[in-house]
Amino acid sequence: MGRILGLFILSLLWLPLPATADDMETLPFSNLSFPEPETHYSATQECVEPEEEMRKNHMNYILHQRDKTVHEGIRTRQHSLEECVNCHTAKDEQGEYIPVNAQDQFCSSCHTYASVSIDCFQCHATKPERSSTLHKVSGGAVHHSDQALTSNTLQIPAAEGKDK
Amino acid sequence: MSENSKPVDPSRREFVVKASAATSAAAIAPGVFLTAPASARPADQPVTGDKRWGILVDTNKCADNCNDCVTACETENGWGDSEPNSAPEQRTQWIRTVEIKNKSTGYAKTLPLMCQHCETAPCVDVCPTGASFRRDDGIVLVDKHICIGCRYCMMACPYKARSFIHEDLHDQKPWAPRGKGTVESCTMCVHRVDEGGTPACVEACSAENHNALIFGDLYDENSEISRELQKHDSVELRGDLGLNTGVRYRGI
Amino acid sequence: MKTALIYRETEGKSTGFWVLLGGLGAIMLLALGAVLHMEHSGHHVTGMSNQIVWGMPHVFAIFLIVAASGALNVASIGTVFGKPLYKPLGRLSGLLAIALLLGGLMVLVLDLGHPDRLIVAMTYYNFKSIFAWNIILYNGFLVITVVYLWFMMENKMNKHYPVAGFVAFIWRLILTTGTGSIFGWLVARQAYDAALMAPMFVIMSFAYGLAVFILVLMASYNWTNRPLGDAILYRLKNLLGVFIGAVLYFVFVYHTTNLYATEHHGIERFILLDGGIYTKLFWIGQIILGSLIPLFMLYHPTIGKSRPAIATAAALVIVGGFAQLYVILIGGQAYPLEIFPGYEVTSSFFDGGINSYSPSIWEITLGAGGIAFALLMVTIAVRVLRFLPETLADAAIDPHAAAKAD
Repeated sequence: MGRILGLFILSLLWLPLPATADDMETLPFSNLSFPEPETHYSATQECVEPEEEMRKNHMNYILHQRDKTVHEGIRTRQHSLEECVNCHTAKDEQGEYIPVNAQDQFCSSCHTYASVSIDCFQCHATKPERSSTLHKVSGGAVHHSDQALTSNTLQIPAAEGKDK
Repeated sequence: MSENSKPVDPSRREFVVKASAATSAAAIAPGVFLTAPASARPADQPVTGDKRWGILVDTNKCADNCNDCVTACETENGWGDSEPNSAPEQRTQWIRTVEIKNKSTGYAKTLPLMCQHCETAPCVDVCPTGASFRRDDGIVLVDKHICIGCRYCMMACPYKARSFIHEDLHDQKPWAPRGKGTVESCTMCVHRVDEGGTPACVEACSAENHNALIFGDLYDENSEISRELQKHDSVELRGDLGLNTGVRYRGI
Repeated sequence: MKTALIYRETEGKSTGFWVLLGGLGAIMLLALGAVLHMEHSGHHVTGMSNQIVWGMPHVFAIFLIVAASGALNVASIGTVFGKPLYKPLGRLSGLLAIALLLGGLMVLVLDLGHPDRLIVAMTYYNFKSIFAWNIILYNGFLVITVVYLWFMMENKMNKHYPVAGFVAFIWRLILTTGTGSIFGWLVARQAYDAALMAPMFVIMSFAYGLAVFILVLMASYNWTNRPLGDAILYRLKNLLGVFIGAVLYFVFVYHTTNLYATEHHGIERFILLDGGIYTKLFWIGQIILGSLIPLFMLYHPTIGKSRPAIATAAALVIVGGFAQLYVILIGGQAYPLEIFPGYEVTSSFFDGGINSYSPSIWEITLGAGGIAFALLMVTIAVRVLRFLPETLADAAIDPHAAAKAD
């Protein structure tokens, strides 16, 4: 019994474990592929933070932002979950949005592999509904619906890059 | 997670300059910014206790059979038809119209009833995790990230303002996240208020020229709501509880 | 001279033992299935709503939690009040307290809208909430009772158990006060908002806890063919009678106080007169079946000495306890909030009228699962560890009987 256990533990060492997040694409067992967003955040940067940073720490940005938004009313767009959805939702052949948390879509492609279930979209909208204010910064093409905010004021310019 | 060492993207700096110019230009556009700049707070500033948001309901201007405020809230926040599997008693209602009739005199009236955004809210006191909380500017909210769905706040609310979501939801509005297993109530359209707007119910009531609902800063003596409250008498519902509600009623 | 008492595990080999385990286990599995269904579909499958917010699961959970606190009474009487006749029962008392509490907490947590966020409940605390305090009190009670049991059962630690027993006694009173205050501190509802709720729950815990203890004691000695003497049993049944009387007193004070204030006439009329099911449960379930008949049976000179009668009386007290909690919990929510005193009220959100509630099978199954868990835990524990004295015959434990025998 002890020997079998030892052999089992030893065999686990053969499993290639990621040393850094960059190794993810070369792992066996994973057919990681996900729809790339059509727009980039800026000319020099694909996402609101560098890719490696997002892969490692996106949950921290989300958790930090949610507390600031809910409790303090800070609605900056840099780390807004709604903006994530605005960029990362793909469209099907008919031009309809696919829910961002659907199988094989952006979130699930990593989360299914990592076996980390998320409950964000129990409450949060899975499809874009109003204009992104991030596109002003990125300079990229508009990739969302044109429906304006229902309040009568103009959209406030996002205080980009000032999040603490 | 330190972001201080990142170089500032030059296109971002350029944008801020352009956007400020555009914003100031837009400020001249009539009607749009007349009242907004005074109350619009920069997105990266937290709310403070300098303001206290409140609503004045003039029930004398509430028509019988009028549901404009309710419909507006349903559309804005997406709770109107979102629970097909739930029984009527289980369905959410953030705001409802209530018909009251005096048992002795027969005098009858209709009025809207929503979360009263109390200063010493019982729902805030009883929440075991602190998910039910009062923001510094007076709006009482549920932080659904830490709500465990115990429903104690619903037991505690003197106005039955809170609802529990009894089934999976779909197609939520991005500005009003709501989901199964958590409790919710009127947010005073906090997503609008934070950008200098007014709650959907107030906007709809004014749009139809009923003008029964007034929204504003209770701490600002010169706001419309404060002037109205000084001019005519108003009451809190269940005033004997001493909760100092943000919603006040005239005409009952 | 009295010989030292021997505690021994139950044999646990008979068919009856396995049938008991199997039956209780099956109920627990059904309960877990019910929970999965409620959790997956959402609470729309239950009878609970935005009007009746807390339902059957809470009736079961609060009964179990309140009974848990009361079950420890027997150990406290032995340890804190130094009554020698009760000392042999201390271990079973502690075990039953833990088992009932775990069963009740299980039901409570599994009914949450987000049971997966239990860790949130244990790490984010709003200390103004009596509910948050209850979470701390319940967990503390478990730890304290485990320590108390350890001190009782480990010979080396025996000298410390009086301290543990005292701490457990005080903690238990605070805990049950906290449970009663969950309702007593709610200003919003006519049926609650009463300082009396806290001590009333304490007295209820004494009655329910002792009733459950008597039944478990009688069953465990009967089914293992161990002798259970009259001396201890009659003391317990008389004590149960005292507690039933005390509960009746608190109920009497609660209702007469409410009846004196016109503003509470609505709720009193509802509970006592025209509340339909709630009125029936109050008078027939709580008062007659749950209090008066057991009182009569327990104190009757001949009936009170018959074992089946004692067991029946204890069972009736439990039935009455469920009825009482149903009336408090559900009846208190069925009666509408008084937002506009003096007005008739109607709305699309069911204001102004009596709210209806019919418990779903899922809720009842979940509640039954909590009871099954508690009993399962006791059944296994007495088989595995030395909770039960070999004999509770008069000669073995009653100091007076031993003196007479000499």
